[in-house]
Amino acid sequence: MFENAEPFAWLILLPPLAAAGIIAMFTREHRRLSAQISISAVLISFLTTVILAGILRASGADAMRPTSMNWLWIGDFAVDISLRLDHLSLAMALVVTGVGGLIHIYSAGYMRGDRAYGRYFACLSLFMFSMLGIVLADNFVMMFIFWELVGVSSYLLIGFWYEKEAAADACKKAFLCNRVGDAGFLLGILLVWSMFGSVSFVEIKPGVTAYLAAHGGPTPLFYLAGLLIFCGAVGKSAQFPLHVWLPDAMEGPTPVSALIHAATMVAAGVYMLCRVYFLLEPSGALPVIAWVGGFTALLAAVIAVQQNDIKRILAYSTLSQLGYMVMAVGVGGPAAAMFHLTTHAFFKALLFLGAGSVILALHHEQNIWRMGALRSKTPVTYWTFMAGTLALCGFPPLSGFYSKDGILSQALKSHQIALFILGVVVAMLTTFYMFRLVLVVFFGGEKSDAAGHAHESPRIMIWPLRVLAVLSIIGGFIGIGSLYASQFSAEGAAPAGFAAQLLEPFSASPLGALFGLFAVVLGFSMAFACYRDCVTDPLPERLGWLSRAMRNRFYFDELYERVLIPCTQEAASKLADALDRWLISGLVRLVSGCTDLFGRALRQVQSGSIQGYAFTLVLGVAIVLYFVLVK
Amino acid sequence: MNINLDHYLAVSGALFCLGLLGVIMRRNLLVIYMCLELMLNAANLALVALSHFNGILDGQIVVFFIITVAAAEVAVGLALIVALYRKRQTAHVEDLTAMKL
Repeated sequence: MFENAEPFAWLILLPPLAAAGIIAMFTREHRRLSAQISISAVLISFLTTVILAGILRASGADAMRPTSMNWLWIGDFAVDISLRLDHLSLAMALVVTGVGGLIHIYSAGYMRGDRAYGRYFACLSLFMFSMLGIVLADNFVMMFIFWELVGVSSYLLIGFWYEKEAAADACKKAFLCNRVGDAGFLLGILLVWSMFGSVSFVEIKPGVTAYLAAHGGPTPLFYLAGLLIFCGAVGKSAQFPLHVWLPDAMEGPTPVSALIHAATMVAAGVYMLCRVYFLLEPSGALPVIAWVGGFTALLAAVIAVQQNDIKRILAYSTLSQLGYMVMAVGVGGPAAAMFHLTTHAFFKALLFLGAGSVILALHHEQNIWRMGALRSKTPVTYWTFMAGTLALCGFPPLSGFYSKDGILSQALKSHQIALFILGVVVAMLTTFYMFRLVLVVFFGGEKSDAAGHAHESPRIMIWPLRVLAVLSIIGGFIGIGSLYASQFSAEGAAPAGFAAQLLEPFSASPLGALFGLFAVVLGFSMAFACYRDCVTDPLPERLGWLSRAMRNRFYFDELYERVLIPCTQEAASKLADALDRWLISGLVRLVSGCTDLFGRALRQVQSGSIQGYAFTLVLGVAIVLYFVLVK
Repeated sequence: MNINLDHYLAVSGALFCLGLLGVIMRRNLLVIYMCLELMLNAANLALVALSHFNGILDGQIVVFFIITVAAAEVAVGLALIVALYRKRQTAHVEDLTAMKL
């Protein structure tokens, strides 16, 4: 009945592009209309995804036939624009369009007073188009194109309030950091292409097996290719050492932070790693990936403990959770990574939108030490924020508990004890800083006048919060995990009963679950002890220089600014100077010098002596005669 | 000894070369001028000889023209040399290097 549903996949990808085009060209001045176009485009995408996912589930197949269009031929090398529809891409598309749709609706309320309302929705739709392109991409080239498009739309949205200098700087920083990672990604793609002769995921997959068989295992070149592809994820998912752009990206509007810098775009790196997992696993790059992810998770969690801006705390929390996901890929659990990505998209989007609601209630106040006692004034925001916090901390039976446990048990399963302990410590820190945030913002006394006059946000912003809160609560036991597991393991996890899913972590890996719970309890009690009813932060006094270092993000920005950027700029300017001076200018001088020399030589001929001229003339005649008569 | 065309042409060639050498080597403008006339007459000799031995009168007609033109040329050339001498007080070629760059 639904055999030929594949072409409808274009209905996922194209509506946001059409919306972006229409808004940008025709309806930018019509505020309501622009928002309606953008929101209906994302809803069309969402409904199409739901239907296609349902068809795929019902058919029981692994993937639908890809719909493809030939796009580019260079000799034997062909690049298609084709849409890949399997469990992984459709589930990810569901997250992107579902969470994205809620954020679109929320934005309609949050951005109400902004003068560039139309431009905002055009950029948002452009972003949705690019992100869905990454998700549905069937080959590296297409993925890279959309990868860059996502970078551009992120640039546009971070710099949305471009008249603010901080926002203008932040969007440049984000774009440049991403460029560094993307350069590596592009090299990786070229390397993969040279090794397997194809850029299509489907064609590379058997190529990897053949390559390993031919070379008797991974070669250094293959290892390098794995690392370079990981570079792309380092840039996009803001892993150490390119993590510095994400916190600054919070200069954009809050719904943008929720959509791009928490739920979807930064998850693209993790998604890409899972997509090409068949390539990464045999390349031997997994330990590096695991440790980069683990280190980022720890670093960001430690920094988050001493941040005071509500959005920055959430930004570092995002960094830390992304590190978790990358670590999960690194310890051999792409399914766990995708599971955590999905639940994280729910609760992090919820937390950001909740933070946006708080910020709006306090007239754009972002310092948590000027909030307080918002529990009774913004009850819906409080309850939904609480649900998101508990889910993020991994409080059973909320979604974060299941996905985080999946990662921890995966680390145990692959005998990465160090990474397991690291994961538990990060979980503890996560609980600590999240409850620090909640206790300071929603409990205690009012710490400023604005907090006293706070009021709940309009309905259009409240409803997305409620939906996301429900998803954050139930996301763990509605079969998302087993859906991803069926993508990555051949036998496919059988959909278990409801009760079995509810208790799955304890039966599958009791040690991981217990340690996870222990971390949550420890983190919560520490936060409760430190931050119950306090007006200022007690930690700076107790920790001294460490707290200062944490507040200043361990001076990474300063380090890059003082060391890395001058060095690279100096080197680049020297190189440019040398090229300019010796190569380009050298060529010019060579040409001019030759002409000059030739001219000087010829000048000697024009001596002014008439007899000399006569002699030359005669000589010429003699030569001509010689050739005419003798030869 | 039977004098034939080759002998005339040899004398003509010798005269031409002498004239040419004079033009190139001598310093005085007047002498150079006389050498030029010598070269013209060498050509005249060759033309007359060829005309005679081949029985075609065209060569001799050309010689008349050359003599006429040469006379006119001498008139103009000598006038130029006199004018030059009046201006520069010299008739030596090495002093006349105004064409040098």
